[in-house]
Amino acid sequence: MGDDRLGFRAMGDRSLLVELGETISPEVNCRVQQLMLRLQQARLPGVREFAPGYRSLLVVFDPLAISPAVLKTRITEVAVQPGSSGLPQAKLITVPVFYGGNYGPDLEWVSGHLGISTAEVIRFHTETVYRVYMIGFTPGYPYMGELPEALAIPRRSTPRTRVPKGSVGIAQRQTGIYPVASPGGWQIIGWTPIELFDPDRQLPSLLEMGDQVKFDAVRQVEI
Amino acid sequence: MAGVNTFEVLSPGIMSTVQDLGRFGCARYGVAPSGALDGYAVRVGNLLVGNDENAAVVEITLMGLRVTALRDVVVAVTGGDLQPRKGGERLTMWRSHLVREGETITFAGPSSGLRSYIAVAGGIHVPSVMGSRSTNLASGFGGFEGRVLRKGDVLAADSAADGVRLAGKSIEPEVVPVYASPWRLRVVWGPQDDHFSEEGRQCFVTAAFTVSPDSDRTGIRLKGPTVARQPGVEESIISEGIVSGAIQVPGDGQPIIILGETASGGYRKIATVISADLPRLGQITPGDTVSFEAVSMDTAVQALREMESKLDQLRRRLK
Repeated sequence: MGDDRLGFRAMGDRSLLVELGETISPEVNCRVQQLMLRLQQARLPGVREFAPGYRSLLVVFDPLAISPAVLKTRITEVAVQPGSSGLPQAKLITVPVFYGGNYGPDLEWVSGHLGISTAEVIRFHTETVYRVYMIGFTPGYPYMGELPEALAIPRRSTPRTRVPKGSVGIAQRQTGIYPVASPGGWQIIGWTPIELFDPDRQLPSLLEMGDQVKFDAVRQVEI
Repeated sequence: MAGVNTFEVLSPGIMSTVQDLGRFGCARYGVAPSGALDGYAVRVGNLLVGNDENAAVVEITLMGLRVTALRDVVVAVTGGDLQPRKGGERLTMWRSHLVREGETITFAGPSSGLRSYIAVAGGIHVPSVMGSRSTNLASGFGGFEGRVLRKGDVLAADSAADGVRLAGKSIEPEVVPVYASPWRLRVVWGPQDDHFSEEGRQCFVTAAFTVSPDSDRTGIRLKGPTVARQPGVEESIISEGIVSGAIQVPGDGQPIIILGETASGGYRKIATVISADLPRLGQITPGDTVSFEAVSMDTAVQALREMESKLDQLRRRLK
């Protein structure tokens, strides 16, 4: 897999955090994705599940079926073995967004804080193709990046206790979409009717790690 | 198997849900395991009524559930002692009972622990969603219509062939857990113990923490002395996967033991509760005292092996 520096940190007696880099970057995140694919194919006995993060892969296992030490060795073997480092073709998904007004209650504040017009905020947000780094927080919630420098913004100082389903938020250099109503601290600039998570679908999460997302402003209701 | 109407909920109490042992394999979609928080109690309860250990049960938190039987059915109540009664009589826990049509089971409130389980012969009949019958409260799916139980809900059970035969089974007192504060939980260090100062680590394993009332199924929030980070180490980290039992320490230095409703997180974890002690987490109650003991990985795995061998013996005996 090219760069094969792996860091291991035990998270209890039944999970192992495998670190593939220190930073948020597409390269590190691709290595996480590659390692997960290889381990899925390797079908190591006793391995129960994988939770990929930005720069790490959490491997959950049954310690009575495979010892943490043996698992570490097997993961290293799988990571360094020669072979394809290819990844499946990423999906590109266009997400329609209603920006501002009741749909994006923080758009005005964001525009004021950044010293650019709301139209520029929308332009910056829609002109980038984002990578889905991981799904987490709530089922189907995509952590996406990297937001243009001009939109880098702190989280809300007081998180909302309830952010509506479909809200599109930004925080620091990331953007995300709330698949269900939940508490949340990101700046909400818009809303999408897209259904991100459906437990009855074959693939319950619309987006997966590695997918590409582009936002599209719904012109007719621009405010 | 077909579901047969078995219980009607007369009062749901504080919070009652349908759970099995959890939903695994979906963390990459951001889906947390959910599941019964005292898995040991559920496994024993299911064995007592002749079920698969992972059959769905009703989890009762604190108090107040009242259900009436719609047919003759065999049940076992395990977990924390919420003072269950059948009609007027005290219902002996950790034992299977025949409940007659029309009889009512009630839970008055805790004399020990926090969560009780009703295992029903055949198992609670709800659809399996993403491989589990547990309730995912964050997204509203799984369990009983993806939500907590309400007055008037009718719970079905898969009809067990020879139910009545199963009544009257019990287990030895030695295998009934003791749920009592102060709790001493065994942990293994990490994954980010090196991000904490020597004083912070010492504080973590010597302090007595108090369980905060804002604890819930997502986590047990502790109050106590500040568990300090290394100088210059920031409050949050880049988000990563998490398992229940991981103990995260946010900026205020007050530890939170993660339970089954979280799939990822962005705080440092100083230590993680060992698998053998995870079931006890479900019984820790606001106001209780918690302290931590660091053990080696070998000790942790050995403790799990002992718990599983105890369950093996039960399984063989109750067959």
